Amino acid sequence: MEHFIPYPARQGFRKRWSQRAAFLLFRLFSLVVAATLVIILGFIVWKGAGAISWEFLTEAPSNGMTSGGIFPALVGTLLLMLGSALVAFPLGIMSGIYMNEYATRGWLVRFIRIMTNNLAGIPSIVFGLFGMALFVQYLGFGDSILAGSLTLGLLSLPLVIRTTEEALKDIPDAYREGSLALGASKLQTIRKVILPMGMPRIVTGLILSLGRVSGETAPILFTCAAYFFPQLPSSIFDPCMALPYHLYVISTSGTDLEAQQPLAYGTALVLVAIILLVNLLANALRRYFQHKVKMK
Amino acid sequence: MKKLLEKLVASIFTVSGLLTSIVILLIVGFLFSEGAGLFRNRIIDPGYVLAVNKSNPVRELSPEQIKAIFDSDLVDWAEVGGDSGPIVPFRLEDADRYFSEAQLGPNYEHAGRLIAELIERTPGIVAFVPGQMLPPDAEIAFIEDRTISFSEIFAGKEWFPTATPSPLFGIVPLVTGTLWVSFFAILFAFPFGIGVSVYLSEIASERTRQLLRPVIELLNGIPSVVYGFFGLVVIVPLLQRVFGLPVGESGLAGSIVLAIMALPTIIAVAEDAMHNCPRAMREASLALGATQWQTIYRVVIPYSISGIASGVVLGIGRAVGETMAVLMVTGNAAVIPTSILEPLRTIPATIAAELGEAPAGGAHYESLFLLGIVLFFITLAINLGVEAISSKSRS
Amino acid sequence: MEKILIRDVNFWYGDFHALKNVSLGIEEREVVAFIGPSGCGKSTLLRLLNRMNDLIPATRLTGEILLDGRDIYDRQEDVDRLRKEVGMVFQRPNPFPKSIFDNVAYGLRVNGIRDKEFIAHRVEETLRGAALWDEVKDKLKASAFALSGGQQQRLCIARAMAVAPSVLLMDEPASALDPISTAKIEELIRELRREVTIVIVTHNMQQAARVSDRTAFFYMGEMVEYGLTKLIFTDPLKEATQNYITGRFG
Repeated sequence: MEHFIPYPARQGFRKRWSQRAAFLLFRLFSLVVAATLVIILGFIVWKGAGAISWEFLTEAPSNGMTSGGIFPALVGTLLLMLGSALVAFPLGIMSGIYMNEYATRGWLVRFIRIMTNNLAGIPSIVFGLFGMALFVQYLGFGDSILAGSLTLGLLSLPLVIRTTEEALKDIPDAYREGSLALGASKLQTIRKVILPMGMPRIVTGLILSLGRVSGETAPILFTCAAYFFPQLPSSIFDPCMALPYHLYVISTSGTDLEAQQPLAYGTALVLVAIILLVNLLANALRRYFQHKVKMK
Repeated sequence: MKKLLEKLVASIFTVSGLLTSIVILLIVGFLFSEGAGLFRNRIIDPGYVLAVNKSNPVRELSPEQIKAIFDSDLVDWAEVGGDSGPIVPFRLEDADRYFSEAQLGPNYEHAGRLIAELIERTPGIVAFVPGQMLPPDAEIAFIEDRTISFSEIFAGKEWFPTATPSPLFGIVPLVTGTLWVSFFAILFAFPFGIGVSVYLSEIASERTRQLLRPVIELLNGIPSVVYGFFGLVVIVPLLQRVFGLPVGESGLAGSIVLAIMALPTIIAVAEDAMHNCPRAMREASLALGATQWQTIYRVVIPYSISGIASGVVLGIGRAVGETMAVLMVTGNAAVIPTSILEPLRTIPATIAAELGEAPAGGAHYESLFLLGIVLFFITLAINLGVEAISSKSRS
Repeated sequence: MEKILIRDVNFWYGDFHALKNVSLGIEEREVVAFIGPSGCGKSTLLRLLNRMNDLIPATRLTGEILLDGRDIYDRQEDVDRLRKEVGMVFQRPNPFPKSIFDNVAYGLRVNGIRDKEFIAHRVEETLRGAALWDEVKDKLKASAFALSGGQQQRLCIARAMAVAPSVLLMDEPASALDPISTAKIEELIRELRREVTIVIVTHNMQQAARVSDRTAFFYMGEMVEYGLTKLIFTDPLKEATQNYITGRFG
């Protein structure tokens, strides 16, 4: 088998340079993507910082939304986050537990997983249509926090399910068997062993899903969001203002777009700040829990 | 007692496991029950008729022809299969151009008789009037009213849901607008998405990776209105200046914003796939004298190609369904796009922009639910495609 | 002159001192076996010979490794070219998810050979050399994954030999295989020694005794003993070697 294999003379040179060129290109691409984020965030912070003040955060919009603050929208968004959490968290976690701990037959789990993925892929505007038809019209909730929360809750359901499922999947079976071998029932095992172990990752996922809810506009357009509703809602059957919708409204329509612009920048900044906060919190939690696991 | 509780809890879990399926069924059910109503609507506004002179042989007009006639774009009966002669469109509002107030009577009580007579003596007229208004004995003919046809919706080239006497529900411009803007978005996002995922998975040092991952995650977290707002105040004016456009709101602006929004999805999925390429594969390649780059494009990328494809398809899904950002930057002109630099309008943006003004239960309202169904099935197809791709790679 | 000369090599993974003052020489067209308990550093040393450990971050090397008298850790060294000269076969068969033909042709292609006729010729020659040709000649286009484990490993050997290396490193090449496949691999090693210098890491003492000319015994990062296989297995100088060979630990 001994033969001379020709090694083209400039082969090493060519190999090295095509690698250098390719890697340079990829570095450049990554730099551009990172720069995009920096530019978007930087721009909004730079333009929006001037609008932020205590009054901006605590007052209702006034003068046809050309002055004043965003207080009702801020409260509305927080209420919607809370409402959707009440809908999605229990249902989603239970569903995730079912898929990982109870469903043993392969095709059923597969089917549910496909359905969950499909639900995750449905555009948010379709959720909006659905929420309007079911909650607003059919069930007669009207444009209300209730209808909005339910719609947003269903929207974030797949995310919660997937988070829970993935968190539980990573727990080794040895723990389940260990607990069952001690005479614990399945439910006890889930409650005492599996859930506490999976909790850190589940909580992280839940926080991220809250972040997503806070920025959604399309699902609440027709189920909840009010163009202008300066007083705070008094019941869950009231509509409410919400930050993302408010940003949409004051940046695209209104009496005086020019005068509204600083308020729009301010609103965008608050929205971005919520997302940043949520992401930082999730990352911090992730680190904290990782650290804790290592300490054990 | 304990056994019973276990059973109960197990069944509750089972039901919640099926929840997503139930929700999807409900979504399909409600969208269909509202959207299917569109096919029961007639081409002419309810309560109204289109009356013509008895001598006129034309009895059938398509909604598009009716709209063109009343917009005075169609002026000769020969163009719609009749005898040559000018078309005289007549709306109720036009009555006072033909008759004095005294003739019509204080409560318009003579209007029906007068209009009927007008139709009888004007060969080229086509009158859009409430059916009950015309006296039953009038010697006039009517354009046949029928329900909206399937092809008028799915092959119709005009979207004009508020037109009278005959609204147009052709979704072709909206579908092409959606595909057009998504196509360009993926075209922009693809090289960057693949480049960044290769960089993250294969080239970057652990420290850079730790730095870049949260950046991608954050890009994913920024709400679409914020992207839309950024597009509106930065990208739109920029494009207007660079390309010298009359308006900066254009398909291109939408594509750029969508590309940024689709990136995190593509990167996350593609990087994950490349990361899963076994170390043994890479080592085998390197041990044969391949460079790292040769290893990447000859081994790692082919190995993870289905994951990369899933990522790209999911990115398309995200672009197709995106609403707010697109609504804010594409200019929303419901015409079939000929250039990416023109304003265009997508399905989600149409729903978002028009549902607020469409009276519940009307044809316009139903047509928006029909758009919802179309969008639902497009994304369903995309998701099932991803499912097929990734299950193929598993086996 | 030795084909490979290892001089005072020390190697660290982070803080872990994995190889301590290792020196040995390997003659051309010899089969040298590295034996020793898990974690003794034998695989680490093997992977230093084609700089595979370059891929692991936070490692440090002192000392010299010479191939044909040139320092392979020299700044000027072209690592890809080195790896073409020093082939490697891994513990588990790791064919690419490509056809049998493309697997063997891979090394030629990445090294810039475009001549189709030459590639086809070389693939056949190499597969014959690996005693695999008769088994696969009718299904060269089939996926390499369709082969049995033993066939896959012989394919990997053929793949490594296709670029005509002068040294072949084998990292426990038969540990994942059944006894019959193992025997075939060993036979192949005896064939290949006529063409290349072979360094083989193995857990299996009988295997080392059967295939190698010289054996090096490693323990806790140190090379305890190195010599003719016959002597090592019958009359080791050190007690640790004796204990290991007779199965008292490891």
